[in-house]
Amino acid sequence: MIKKIIGLTAFAATLVAPVFSASADEVNVYSYRQPFLVEPLFNEFTKESGIKVNVVFAKKGMAERLAREGEHSPADVLLTTDISRLIELQEKGLLQAVNSDVLETAIPSQFQADDNTWFGLTTRVRNIYTAKRLGDMAINYEDLADEKYRGKICTRSGKHPYNVALVSSMIAQHGEAKTLAWLEGVKKNLARKPQGNDRGQVQAIHQGLCDVSLGNSYYFGKMLNDDKQKVWADAVNINFPNQANRGAHVNISGVGVAKYAPNKVAAKALLEFLASDKAQQMYAETNMEYPVRAGVKKSELVASWGEFKSDDLPLETIAKHRKAALKLLDQAKFDL
Amino acid sequence: MIFGQRNTPWLTSSWLIALALLAPVLVMLFTSIGNFGELFAHLWQTVLPTYISNTLLLTLYVSLLVLVFGVPSAFFISQTQLIGTNWLRWALLLPLAMPAYLVAYLYTDLFDYAGPVQRLLRAWFGWQSPTDYWFFDLRTLEGAAVVLALVLYPYVYMLTRTALEQQDTSLLRAGRTLGLSARQTLTKIALPLARPAIMVAVTLVMMETIADFATVQYFAVNTLTTAIYDTWLGYGDMAAANALASVLLLFVLFTVVAEQKSRAGQRHQSNRPNMSSDKISLSFSQQVMGLVFCWSLVLLGFALPFALLVSMAIEYAQLEQLGKLAEIGWETLKISAYAATAAVLISLSLALLHRFYPKKLNHLPLQISGFGYAVPGTVLAMALMATFGPIDHWLNDTATWLNWSKPGLMLSGTTFAIIFAFVVRFAAIANGTISAGIGKIPHSIDKAPASLGVGLLATIKRVHLPMLKSSILVAWLLVFVEAMKELPAVLLLRPFNFETLSTFIYQLISDEQLEQGAIGAIFIVLFGLIPIIWLNKNKQ
Repeated sequence: MIKKIIGLTAFAATLVAPVFSASADEVNVYSYRQPFLVEPLFNEFTKESGIKVNVVFAKKGMAERLAREGEHSPADVLLTTDISRLIELQEKGLLQAVNSDVLETAIPSQFQADDNTWFGLTTRVRNIYTAKRLGDMAINYEDLADEKYRGKICTRSGKHPYNVALVSSMIAQHGEAKTLAWLEGVKKNLARKPQGNDRGQVQAIHQGLCDVSLGNSYYFGKMLNDDKQKVWADAVNINFPNQANRGAHVNISGVGVAKYAPNKVAAKALLEFLASDKAQQMYAETNMEYPVRAGVKKSELVASWGEFKSDDLPLETIAKHRKAALKLLDQAKFDL
Repeated sequence: MIFGQRNTPWLTSSWLIALALLAPVLVMLFTSIGNFGELFAHLWQTVLPTYISNTLLLTLYVSLLVLVFGVPSAFFISQTQLIGTNWLRWALLLPLAMPAYLVAYLYTDLFDYAGPVQRLLRAWFGWQSPTDYWFFDLRTLEGAAVVLALVLYPYVYMLTRTALEQQDTSLLRAGRTLGLSARQTLTKIALPLARPAIMVAVTLVMMETIADFATVQYFAVNTLTTAIYDTWLGYGDMAAANALASVLLLFVLFTVVAEQKSRAGQRHQSNRPNMSSDKISLSFSQQVMGLVFCWSLVLLGFALPFALLVSMAIEYAQLEQLGKLAEIGWETLKISAYAATAAVLISLSLALLHRFYPKKLNHLPLQISGFGYAVPGTVLAMALMATFGPIDHWLNDTATWLNWSKPGLMLSGTTFAIIFAFVVRFAAIANGTISAGIGKIPHSIDKAPASLGVGLLATIKRVHLPMLKSSILVAWLLVFVEAMKELPAVLLLRPFNFETLSTFIYQLISDEQLEQGAIGAIFIVLFGLIPIIWLNKNKQ
């Protein structure tokens, strides 16, 4: 028994090994973004600056975790995939202002927080994919509720942040009552219960299960570059909706510095790197996203989809309608 | 009371351990108080009834299916002369190594409209479109139930088999002598005697089903777990999420109490475990039936998904991953082993306490230490942060006050939190298995050493532990395998640069590119096999 206790204590001691704290040449990142995308960027940053990047891929519950950790949090930099997450962090007071001329100049003002707590890095469009068999067409988000698409539409869960942001923008445009009616119309048109991710919907169009789906633009590029998924992408056209009116709904991926960041200097360096020409070029090339920095070229593939008009609704407005959007989705029983 | 009225240090430490394991659950309940407010009303009017009925139906279907899969297979292996029993005996355990979400992904790939099965059917029959024929849709409540049952039935199989094998042969013989047929002996004597073990297994399966997140999410089946996620991550309302989690906990409480009531007063023990060779001989058609039944389970729960993984790995081989995977694999093995060891030691201590001091009150630590099982990993992770956070803050503040260097988030920011979460989640598995084992040791044995002047610790060491060896091993292995597969808690609690095999694979699955991680998935299955092979070796 005594042996066991000694053994237990010994193993307990080995557990509490790496506790992260302040250090001049390290920076700690909480990331919603996926490893395959950000790891090349971080490696490049380490090569240039000599600063080591430690990452937690904390897709869910980042804000909660930060809030609980409070002033002892080891986190320096927070990377997110949509505006609502940034606003959530900002509203909960988990971010600090970063004053940097480099960031101010590199990033257009509509993609920065007024109080400098967050910065957009890339923009992503919510596209409508249509089966090639439907031919070339102009389409609006509103059309998705049109009876002519009965049983033809596929989408991922309505509760996914990308769809919630789209519904929020519909509320901003049409008000809650009309948006609810729209959601109910779209639900009636669904070919199957909302499921899978954006790629899965294009796959379903390829399979002939549906004709129309919602999806972010970069997935199109990703699929075209994947041997197995290329056939899916080849079955659809990518459409930028609402070109004749307000423009396509656009979201951002972005970054902020944690309020209690122990490595503030390194954190600022990382942010400036992510807004640099080189990193923005990597975003464009590896993830087929639209870089926010002016003058950075889109990837050739992305450029081939053509220019488009985007909705200039302020991102804060989208974030503001988020809870209302969630409630409407529940009311329409969109996912059930 | 052979060893005195009470053993205060043991009793105190048992209560402390049990309360520590219960603490996150208590924190969760506490934060939910008074939060069945406006959001809750909104959910109740819209989606909650469907979520609840989905949860109940899924649990019901899975429970029935695991009984249908697990009990007959245990019967064939332990009671009949089925051909190739030595192989089947452990092959039937193999699905345990398969994470359910992995099977879900692989089977959807296989049976989808674009998958090889339907393509083949279309080529054969000349069908052109989905409207030309009917084919089952796996992404449904029923589909989720089948997939979950295929990987969870080994619990029922294993515990039932062990129970049947350790039954007192004389009872069965007596039945036969009194004119019961082989089938009647089984249904009237053997199975009722094995019922406690079967119930323990089904309860484990039910709790596992209630807490499942990845599989139901992949199949777009909205359950209470989904609601908790929505409320917390969507609405950002932790308190309401905790309120929902408390509802879930009520389900569990009900399950646990029902299970214990169902075997109240039953004392089943044997001095002469069933080691005899008088197994039922089977007719030709019974042989065929038994073989088809058992091997189908092995095939569907393990061999087929594994073969799919291997073919993916060959097609998309990324050998440069191997080094990284080995590292991730080693970390995964380590934390799972720590968790399994801790869970087993705790269960032993709590279960033995009740054995030697069989007061009702002394049974409580054992019971409450198992509550964490049905708390979904995410909720548990949040509760753990809420529990450890303040302690960490206090430690840091104290260190600052003493002018020491700050220790950082020692509890909530390291793998300690993950291991603790595993123990809270899976203590119930160890408890169930070890209690069942202890239950089978005749009480008369407890008294013999005392009458010879041997002390309590020596009695446990020399008498009980040896008799419990197989239960301890089974408990350790079950916790180990479950910990290795656990996903949501690790996703939330992991420290910097820390990854387990399941988080690695899940990342790719959620991006529809498991192909890239097929080798990693094979790793998780192979690591899961180690304990199963070991289990088998030790049995013989």
